[in-house]
Amino acid sequence: MSSSFQIDFSEAGSNQKIIGIDLGTTNSLGAFMDLTGPAIIPGADGGRIVPSVVAFPESGEPIVGEAARQMLTTESGRVIYSVKRLMGRGLGDVTEELKLFPFRIAEGSDSVIRLSVGEKVLTAPEVSALILRQIKENAEAFFGESVDQAVITVPAYFNDAQRQATKDAGRIAGLEVLRLVNEPTAAALAYGLDKRKEGIIAVYDFGGGTFDISILKLHNGIFEVLATNGDTHLGGDDIDNMMIAVALEDIQSEWGQDVGENPEALQTLRKAVIACKEQLSFAPAVQLTLEWNEKKYQRELTREIFDRLITPVVDRTLGPCRACLADAGLSVDKIDEVVMVGGSTRIPLVRNAVEVLFKAKPHTELNPDEVVALGAAVQAGILSGDVQDTLLLDVTPLSLGIETMGGVVSKLIVRNSTIPASATESFTTAVEGQRNVLIHVLQGEREMARDCRSLARFDLKDIDPMPAGLPRIEVKFLIDANGILSVTAREKRTGKEQSVEVKPSYGLTDEQVEAMILESIEKAEADFKERQVREARVEADRMFAAVDKGKQNDAWLTLTDDERAAVEKVYNELVLAYHSDYYDLIRDKIHELDQSTHTLAERMMNTAVSTALKGTKIE
Amino acid sequence: MTCWQCSVESESALLCPACKALQPPPSDYFVFFGLPRKLDIDVEKLQSRFYDLSRLLHPDKYSRKSERERGYSTAATAVLNDGWRTLKNPVTRAEYLLSQEGLEIAEQRSKDVPPELLEEVFELNMALEELRGGELSAKAELVAARDRFASMLTASDAELQRQFVQWDTVDHNSVSSQSLAPIRSILNRRRYISNLIRDVEKELS
Repeated sequence: MSSSFQIDFSEAGSNQKIIGIDLGTTNSLGAFMDLTGPAIIPGADGGRIVPSVVAFPESGEPIVGEAARQMLTTESGRVIYSVKRLMGRGLGDVTEELKLFPFRIAEGSDSVIRLSVGEKVLTAPEVSALILRQIKENAEAFFGESVDQAVITVPAYFNDAQRQATKDAGRIAGLEVLRLVNEPTAAALAYGLDKRKEGIIAVYDFGGGTFDISILKLHNGIFEVLATNGDTHLGGDDIDNMMIAVALEDIQSEWGQDVGENPEALQTLRKAVIACKEQLSFAPAVQLTLEWNEKKYQRELTREIFDRLITPVVDRTLGPCRACLADAGLSVDKIDEVVMVGGSTRIPLVRNAVEVLFKAKPHTELNPDEVVALGAAVQAGILSGDVQDTLLLDVTPLSLGIETMGGVVSKLIVRNSTIPASATESFTTAVEGQRNVLIHVLQGEREMARDCRSLARFDLKDIDPMPAGLPRIEVKFLIDANGILSVTAREKRTGKEQSVEVKPSYGLTDEQVEAMILESIEKAEADFKERQVREARVEADRMFAAVDKGKQNDAWLTLTDDERAAVEKVYNELVLAYHSDYYDLIRDKIHELDQSTHTLAERMMNTAVSTALKGTKIE
Repeated sequence: MTCWQCSVESESALLCPACKALQPPPSDYFVFFGLPRKLDIDVEKLQSRFYDLSRLLHPDKYSRKSERERGYSTAATAVLNDGWRTLKNPVTRAEYLLSQEGLEIAEQRSKDVPPELLEEVFELNMALEELRGGELSAKAELVAARDRFASMLTASDAELQRQFVQWDTVDHNSVSSQSLAPIRSILNRRRYISNLIRDVEKELS
């Protein structure tokens, strides 16, 4: 839904870096456009991947990434993972799923799920924002400058609410989200298939929590998406959950105990199951082991059993593939290339199924965990103007409609329409003097409103009182390049802009997002200040060490008493500043100390040179 | 039109010829693509125009411009995409032109059986009833009927094309919108037939 919170960046920072972010269910990554092409931004620990896991310790700041993931098996009640599955969703959507997650839901979660974790209550966008902030900080540390603009990827089949939630997360993290790009499309960009002038590509994207299929047409650097389909609730998580369910049953019969009731045991088992799943991509058989309370469970798992277990999950991806081909109006033999994306495409059974369906050997050259982030960086390059001659034309995955009489949906923008796309519809009043008209907007392919996804109710307000049927209010529905809807209205006879109040069915209102941004900006400023102080202290430490060393040098004695006193004075002032929280002051004193030790440094240099010369025999 | 940025006057254009600033887009698809109001269109040419204009107008090219231009870029690209989608298909193209002339294709009208099809439709409905009643022998009959209707569709497409060419030769400033009546009746018939085919397909699958 459109937001009124917009900042005009037209003047400021036209040379700013734009980073690409893959905000994944399991892992997240940042990437940027290097001189030679897209590259991953490493974290402080040198790791390329930030696990999409956030821990909320009893005291101190939230922990993001690998360290948080480690806490899953020890403090599972304080850790949130796979939060992407909750983005833009209501409680009713995820009841089944929540049974498998150790999350507690807080009160008032009808339109926005609120997670209760430790002492905090958080919405999914706020948790995602913490992951995004980590990537932003990694990028800032890597570039040595602030990064405020990003391209973020979303599953192609994400609806409006899920996209809006992702954009909200970016805003809360202090990022201006210049574009949401669909993950499969990003992958196609990363593969640089534009080197190929013409052709049809299918991108099969099977990740941790979502599945997408997109079919694109390449035409002289234009990537035109012909059709997309998918399932935003289908991914590697589902495979994990199936394996866990089977193992739990097995353990129950062996130990006579449901270990699933203990969250830490469950997470330990989850970890073991995931490791087995990953190994089975390479090994024909693995041992699934769970050690718990001095008991040990062990079971051999062959690939054959694994394949049989996951066949229903893999089969669920094939229906959307066929539907996508049909929507693109293409038969399988028209597909020139198939690209594989997402960790779950490492599974041999998945590769096999795709190869059989598309009758083509899929591309797996690029790391399926990284390819989406790399594509996001390419899109960032397109936006900054660094990448020329490449253009993405994406589509809206779901039809947009309004509820009419009898709960029937009237479609305004059909699925797979290239975006931006728009539609105009006229509305009028039914009663004399009616001041409001309420429009219920939905997304989905079904005939009846109750079977589609409610996006929002738009209230056309302050209509001039007139006899029934006389006002002609033209309402324009516009889906922007991010796949997000905005609605404007105008009374046709008077030409007057009609005010529209948006009541999103799922997700946060603008006011809520803004409150979260304010809170996070305050936090970010505090964080930033703290970091500046910390960095200044590191530099001061270096300065102290250098001066201490200088005082040991013979050169120190060649200075006049005044010179030495001046150095000592500033040295002591820096010690005082060091223990303050004023980074400016620390910096100033470092600078002064540097100035006052100039002579000392010069003398030291000379002594060093003369010592060096003395030591050299000239013959 | 007067450019909002540099105030230079120009004929209706997407970009100001003087300062290159993006202008509010025209909403008429024919005007937008710079096409005469004709029904017989070279779709391949239209497609290359669509790609060229995409490169020129797409929001990706304006992400670092002012909020105003970004808005125009989104609006213009929406008209471009909507227009391409509408004009590339002869049926939606004709429907668009009809609606501009105030001749809407009413959903209700398309439900009335065109008289010349009455007999065919009657037989088809019988076969549908039989199939629903469990008589699998009706299936072959339905397949045959579907193929018959499909060829009618092809025929009406050809007829539509003939009408397009004819309509294009007339000077439309002097004739009334009634000159579009034959096209409208083909569209109604066409829609009726394609709905029939869809229903039969649904039963068959």
